[in-house]
Amino acid sequence: MTLLGVSILLFFFLNLLLGSVKIPADAIYNILTGSEDESPIWTNIIMKSRLPQSFTAAMAGAGLGVSGLLMQTVFRNPLAGPSVLGISSGASLGVAFVVLLSGSIGGVTLSKLGVIGEVTITLSAIFGALLIMALIAFVAGKVRGNVTLLIMGVMIGYVANAIIGVLKFFSAEEDIRAYVIWGLGSFSRVSGGQTNVFIFLMSVLLPISFLLIKTLNLLLLGDSYARNLGLDIKRARMLVIASSGILVAVVTAYCGPVIFLGLAVPHICRGLFHRSNHAVILPASMLAGASLALLCNLIARLPGFEGALPVNSVTALIGAPVVMWVLFNKRRNEV
Amino acid sequence: MKKNNETIKISGLETGYISKKGNTVITRDIDASLESGELTCLLGPNGAGKSTLLKTLTAFIPPIQGDIFIEGKSLKDYSAPELAKVIGVVLTEKLSISNMTVEELISMGRSPYTGFWGKMSEYDKMAVEESINLVNINNLRGRMVQTLSDGERQKVMIAKALAQETPVIFLDEPTAFLDYPSKVEILQLLKRLAIEKDKTVFLSTHDMELALQIADKVWLIDKPHGVTIGTPEDLALNGEMNRYFHSDGVVFDIDNGLFKISQEMHGSVSLTGEGQHLNMVRKALTRRGISTAEKDSSVFVEATPRCLSVNGRDVKSIAELLDEIDSIIDNDNNS
Repeated sequence: MTLLGVSILLFFFLNLLLGSVKIPADAIYNILTGSEDESPIWTNIIMKSRLPQSFTAAMAGAGLGVSGLLMQTVFRNPLAGPSVLGISSGASLGVAFVVLLSGSIGGVTLSKLGVIGEVTITLSAIFGALLIMALIAFVAGKVRGNVTLLIMGVMIGYVANAIIGVLKFFSAEEDIRAYVIWGLGSFSRVSGGQTNVFIFLMSVLLPISFLLIKTLNLLLLGDSYARNLGLDIKRARMLVIASSGILVAVVTAYCGPVIFLGLAVPHICRGLFHRSNHAVILPASMLAGASLALLCNLIARLPGFEGALPVNSVTALIGAPVVMWVLFNKRRNEV
Repeated sequence: MKKNNETIKISGLETGYISKKGNTVITRDIDASLESGELTCLLGPNGAGKSTLLKTLTAFIPPIQGDIFIEGKSLKDYSAPELAKVIGVVLTEKLSISNMTVEELISMGRSPYTGFWGKMSEYDKMAVEESINLVNINNLRGRMVQTLSDGERQKVMIAKALAQETPVIFLDEPTAFLDYPSKVEILQLLKRLAIEKDKTVFLSTHDMELALQIADKVWLIDKPHGVTIGTPEDLALNGEMNRYFHSDGVVFDIDNGLFKISQEMHGSVSLTGEGQHLNMVRKALTRRGISTAEKDSSVFVEATPRCLSVNGRDVKSIAELLDEIDSIIDNDNNS
């Protein structure tokens, strides 16, 4: 756990240090401590770009890690993740509606509107994700089996993607481009005041997941044992899905659909800690998620790529081998 | 001797599955009671409704008709958290959980008593400690659940039910998948817990012989007759036992109160002798389908601690004795 904390600090610092413009470490220290002596360009790069981006990456990673863990526990399925239930598809659908239709119907090209455009995209993503989540939570209250619910979620995701496809067909080329870029995922899309909103939202939402620790541990035992121990399964399932869904909705709204972190992080934590108790694995997923997201952001920005590399390519490139390594090294019977 | 109390009263119970298309009734007209300090076994062939009855009693499914009273209060009137303090269950379903220690798992039995965060009080820890000692699994406490054998896991789940401190414990086939000594061990453990802790223990099982030797009461269940209840001995005397389990391969031996495999006899010998040797030879011959009832057979077998012989010829072992008899019978048939 300490190791994870240290790695977050390290990656966070490297995120500030490395980039297309070379800024020495002592200058960064001076800028962070509020000294006015450093060059205003450097100050701007650190305070307006690298610092908010690092915070966004850490918060988004933590959110996705926790969300993935909640999904895997509630569905008792190691392949479950934030994107599986179609919640990120819901966010994409919301964005697609606004970005693609605003051009075709409203005659306004949203991608050219600057901050107002950004806010609109964020709100539409949250709206879309919450809509799908409400649908899934409703279904969760109706059906008994976990697998049924999981398949329902996947199907809802397909429907959302199909609608997006139809929308794309009728859209102007530059709108599609704006949508595709949003879909690549990025920790630097949000700017200025919006970063603060995102960080504020996440620092409220993340601690809420800690309220679910006892419920999550009971869910591990399976429905029958959990019920016998006094747990209202349907309510518990809805609560967990809702918490997980809201986290994904907010992260996706601000950073685009960042894939793989949510799936990979809980596996990495199980591999590291060999524990299932959520009092351990939940904070661990939070820290590991933040750490991994910072690392991915760092790689995406390595000299040579100049920030051109989409975060999603990096998360998959880093995440997939790490999960495979964890699975190869795990002891028998553990998933 | 302490007077046992009636903890569960069942009146006019009809079990089965309720659905919109119409109810599927499995067993009707069950009137019964269960007492504290007693071990009761539910016996019956596959598909007779054992699981459905158990699920109904543990409130996993509602009864179609009738009512179940636990400590004088109808099952319907218990809230889920209240019920969790009255009924503990041990199920057949295999735990999908891993990376959790035995001690952590048993501690989950305290969930109905712990607060929102699941923090264990001193008393909770003591209750877990006591259950571990009662089931005698101190050596397992640090082991991961996925490394346990079937028998060990069953004991751990029993300890979990004990930690739950419920007056009633229901077990669904706790002896399934176990080797014979483990079956005996589990049943003896449950019997001891019923007596020492004054628990009402009710379990379903296919191990008839063991159940008849250890159960205070037996519930026989099958499709045509419903549920019949009594001590094993009463059920043997009034012929219920034979009626329930009558099939070609099995007969109920009223002399020792156990089931035995019925053999078709295709030969006979006159058997004399004494002690264990006489019993063992009789058993071996019965297994071969050779009757020992006749007094005037052409083959004379003597079995005493000093001498084993066939028609006066000494043999060293029961194996040789059987070979000798086989060759005599073969000769008789050929000539």
